[in-house]
Amino acid sequence: MYLEIISPEKTLYEGEVQALVLPGTGGSFGILKNHAAMISSLKAGKIKITEADKKEVFFEIKGGTAEVQKNNIIVLAE
Amino acid sequence: MANLKDIRSRIASVQSTKQITNAMKMVSAAKLRKAQDAVTRIRPYANKQHEILEHLSASGLDISENPYAEKREPKKVMIVAISSNRGLCGPFNANVSKKVIELLTTVYAEQFQHKHVHILTLGKKGGDILASKGYRTFERADHVYEDLTFGKVSEYANTMMKEFIDGKYDRIDFVYNQFKNAAVQILRHEQFLPIHTSASAGNHKTDYIFEPDVDSIVKQIVPNTLRTMLYKVLIDSFAAEQGARMTAMHKATDNATQMIRELKLTYNKARQAAITTEILEITAGAEALKG
Repeated sequence: MYLEIISPEKTLYEGEVQALVLPGTGGSFGILKNHAAMISSLKAGKIKITEADKKEVFFEIKGGTAEVQKNNIIVLAE
Repeated sequence: MANLKDIRSRIASVQSTKQITNAMKMVSAAKLRKAQDAVTRIRPYANKQHEILEHLSASGLDISENPYAEKREPKKVMIVAISSNRGLCGPFNANVSKKVIELLTTVYAEQFQHKHVHILTLGKKGGDILASKGYRTFERADHVYEDLTFGKVSEYANTMMKEFIDGKYDRIDFVYNQFKNAAVQILRHEQFLPIHTSASAGNHKTDYIFEPDVDSIVKQIVPNTLRTMLYKVLIDSFAAEQGARMTAMHKATDNATQMIRELKLTYNKARQAAITTEILEITAGAEALKG
């Protein structure tokens, strides 16, 4: 899966990932490969990324929107 | 012919002006690079946001029901004139105020007569020009440039959005200079509120899962898009300002160089003439003594 986390001021993350957990408005949820197309709003919280080599990376966001489509994930962080 | 001392002091003064304009050019060039980076960073964000909004409307969602998209008869209008806090940047600020005045006398002439047009100026110079021409600016927010971050700009956007929802304004427009490249600024007039989304011919219809539901996503993404819009406009204008100043100062430096060259030529001519006269006088004196 290809993930992009973009904020208005810069691109925070870009790269291939294995899994990630997003802080959705209705509770946090995980995304794995071949997830169905989805648009979700996000609340303030942590994004947890599991990279290809199982390394875990965290990002703090204040809210935003995420779009999942055909193994391409875009997170617009605020 | 002007006397030698006068020319000498003029050369010195033009020289020091040239030094100043040259330094200002360098400063603008450095600031421009930073501002340009900011422009290139905001573009992918704005584009992706636009894409998501398009995907939303492509999957059969009507954005026009959103309170921010409500089209009303434009009785009360706000024009946001975005200029700069500092001058010496060519026609940058004059263009903005010219466009605002043009709008006041054409598109919004009727509303303006009823005093239903409010002008909000971001940038001291644009506000000053408008004020000197007798157009009262309703509000000024010149300090926005001191801290040009997304968070700060969002506050302004939120205020405008609230005023639109409350019915204080029926329409909010931007007038600003868009950054094309260092030498070219494009004067733009854009509608901010109500938001208009291009009815995209979305050929890729995807069945999305909406989390938690469509309404709350639209409720979140539309204001967010608006905030990004204002931020982008300001960033663009700031970069354009630096570009305009750099070009103006570059021209000023060139003109000063040209001027110094001409003055030096006049100076040397005058000096030569003085020497010739002196020699003539001496030889004439010698001739007379021989006499």
